[in-house]
Amino acid sequence: MQTEGSSAPASLEVGQVVDGFRLDALAHRGGMASLWNVSRVGSDASSDVALPLLMKVPRLRGGEDPTAIVGFEVEQMIMPTLAGPHVPRYIAHGDFTRLPYIVMERIEGRSLRERFDAAPLPIDEVALLGAKVATALHDLHRQRVVHLDVKPSNIMLRRCPDGSDGEAVLIDFGLSRHDLLPDLLEEEFELPMGTSPYMSPEQVRFVRNDPRSDLFSTGVMLYHLTTGKRPFGMPSSVRGLRRRLYREPTAPRTLRADCPPWLQEVILHCLEVRPERRYQTAGQLAFDLQHPDQIALGERAGRAGSGSAADVIKRWFVSLRDSDPVEGGAGGQSARSPIVLAAIDVDGADPALLESARTAALRLIEAERGARLACLTVMRVNRVGMDELLEDDGTPRHLKLLVALRHWARPLQQALSSPGSADRDAATRVTFHVIEAVDPATAIVDYARRNQIDHIVMGARGSGRLRRHLGSVSARVVAESDCTVTVVRAPSSAG
Amino acid sequence: MRLALIADLHANREAFSAVLAHAATQRAERHAFLGDYVGYGADPGWVVDRIREHVAAGAIAVRGNHDAAVVAGPQPSMIADARAIVAWTRERVDPAQLAFLAALPLKQVEGDILFVHANAWAPADWAYLDGRSEAARSLLATDCRFTFCGHVHVPMLYHLSGTGKAGEFKPSPGIAIPLSPQRRWLAIPGSAGQPRDGDPAACYAMFDTEAQALTFHRVPYDHAAAAAKVRAAGLPERVADRLAGAD
Repeated sequence: MQTEGSSAPASLEVGQVVDGFRLDALAHRGGMASLWNVSRVGSDASSDVALPLLMKVPRLRGGEDPTAIVGFEVEQMIMPTLAGPHVPRYIAHGDFTRLPYIVMERIEGRSLRERFDAAPLPIDEVALLGAKVATALHDLHRQRVVHLDVKPSNIMLRRCPDGSDGEAVLIDFGLSRHDLLPDLLEEEFELPMGTSPYMSPEQVRFVRNDPRSDLFSTGVMLYHLTTGKRPFGMPSSVRGLRRRLYREPTAPRTLRADCPPWLQEVILHCLEVRPERRYQTAGQLAFDLQHPDQIALGERAGRAGSGSAADVIKRWFVSLRDSDPVEGGAGGQSARSPIVLAAIDVDGADPALLESARTAALRLIEAERGARLACLTVMRVNRVGMDELLEDDGTPRHLKLLVALRHWARPLQQALSSPGSADRDAATRVTFHVIEAVDPATAIVDYARRNQIDHIVMGARGSGRLRRHLGSVSARVVAESDCTVTVVRAPSSAG
Repeated sequence: MRLALIADLHANREAFSAVLAHAATQRAERHAFLGDYVGYGADPGWVVDRIREHVAAGAIAVRGNHDAAVVAGPQPSMIADARAIVAWTRERVDPAQLAFLAALPLKQVEGDILFVHANAWAPADWAYLDGRSEAARSLLATDCRFTFCGHVHVPMLYHLSGTGKAGEFKPSPGIAIPLSPQRRWLAIPGSAGQPRDGDPAACYAMFDTEAQALTFHRVPYDHAAAAAKVRAAGLPERVADRLAGAD
């Protein structure tokens, strides 16, 4: 409150030095903040020398605009807690009473906003961009932060050395919420916070701790990139916002004939009114967008036209029922909806070991309602020379492995779809993947990393002689992977 | 500077020892004691002596309602248990310890920080700070940007924005919370000697004055030993039960 009366800081100029940062050029002047390209001067110049820097200076109009002040305060609080390639690296911040600013890594690349001008985009590009955004969100959610203002202008794409688009980077954490830090915005405003076309139904109702809100916004973006239109238009009043959120959007395939059913399924899955009917984690969304052939098509994929009056009422009633409260915010949601990878050597393993792996996998996915299981087998190929890709009977090898993998998982799927655990989406919870690799351990570790896997289940090679000869795949996966690994043994193979 | 904030020790030697050891591992450079050193527990003399040593070495200490009650002696207005605890405690502190408690200030201000046991608006009335409206009342009653207090035995963090909106936050242990300069903050580290949120682990908090970040901590200790001493001393059974997390 001491800061409330402080006048706006004197205008900044090119060449000026602020706390050891030289202002090189004004990159952008927006309604809420100005962005300057800056570089370090003096003794600090040697550190981070390769990192291009950006200074964000909020535009505070004499304390009359709490949104700008509190938003900046929130960003200043949350950014230093974040790490990894999907957020700009935090460097420093200024003394709020003198000159408020945040210095951060300047992302070399383009804004996703540019691609929206070109929408509708090719289907492959929609899936690729969606997977990048979902991957970035999953990383953010794992750091216990919900973004709450996911929109094209808040997403950057890093430029790779060859000029292509790299990872997605989320920017602007002014409306974000960290599970373990005070929510400074909670008490501040009477109106819902967010950007209206992208705001989820629960955000309209002031819920600020559900990571699935970010998935709704991602759904709005995917819809727009696919069809060239926004699913709920551009509502400008809160009433308009409520009304449009409860109207079923026109099915993407009605607007674009070549939109594949799987993409419509994914988009409408993100746009469900109730968070518990959406994807449960951004990791699961990223997974589907990277494996379209594995998406189980449901009623959503077949929808056509725009919602009837009855649908409006239905959607509205659905929204009125209280949703289950989110336990543990962003971090809790990811922990409750893990993707489990069963890496199964269906070709060579001992049946008892296969059984042990199945039991372990079942325990893991049964424990969490939102869990998904990806079954993977590695088809070993030789480093050089031609591989025999056909079996003796002429069946392609990978097909034979896929059949074996499905056979291995059958009891699991039966257990999941038994009346006790009745779940409409049970069929979508298990997917199958055969990959070719020279080195199975590296392939499993890479696959887990790329697909946001939370937990790997695999068997230990039983035979001492074989293990000595080939090395232990499981030991290397345990050593090299980023996630939890459970290595199972067959009960009889002990000793 | 790293300042350890310790409240409501209540003559619990085991909890106090564990908290001091933990604070040392967190590189505490100074301690602030937020009142209620005695009452309930079995080791009032030992606890008061440690507080005196710390104060002699530059620590901050303010007076709590239990300290005031022991100084004043049993009163007819007290409920029976409280009267018994005050009488028992008075028999186990020497005149020097009693004089130390009697001389403690109700509040202490250092720079931007107010240290007080119960609240800022009427420190001697011991009104509880039970929610955000009381927190706002307390924050508006001082010019200090930070208020650190005890009395309520549950860890809590309140804040007041420039627009006068108060918020509350239940902290998680071990997470450094930056206390932004745009608002005012009131923190209750929770009770070291008698936590009342169902978790028997001792509470305290560490404030880093340079980083302006506050970290709440929970320190497990041998609460069964502390409870056994309470029972052996013939103090009320309910007091011993509370140390194990009972309501």
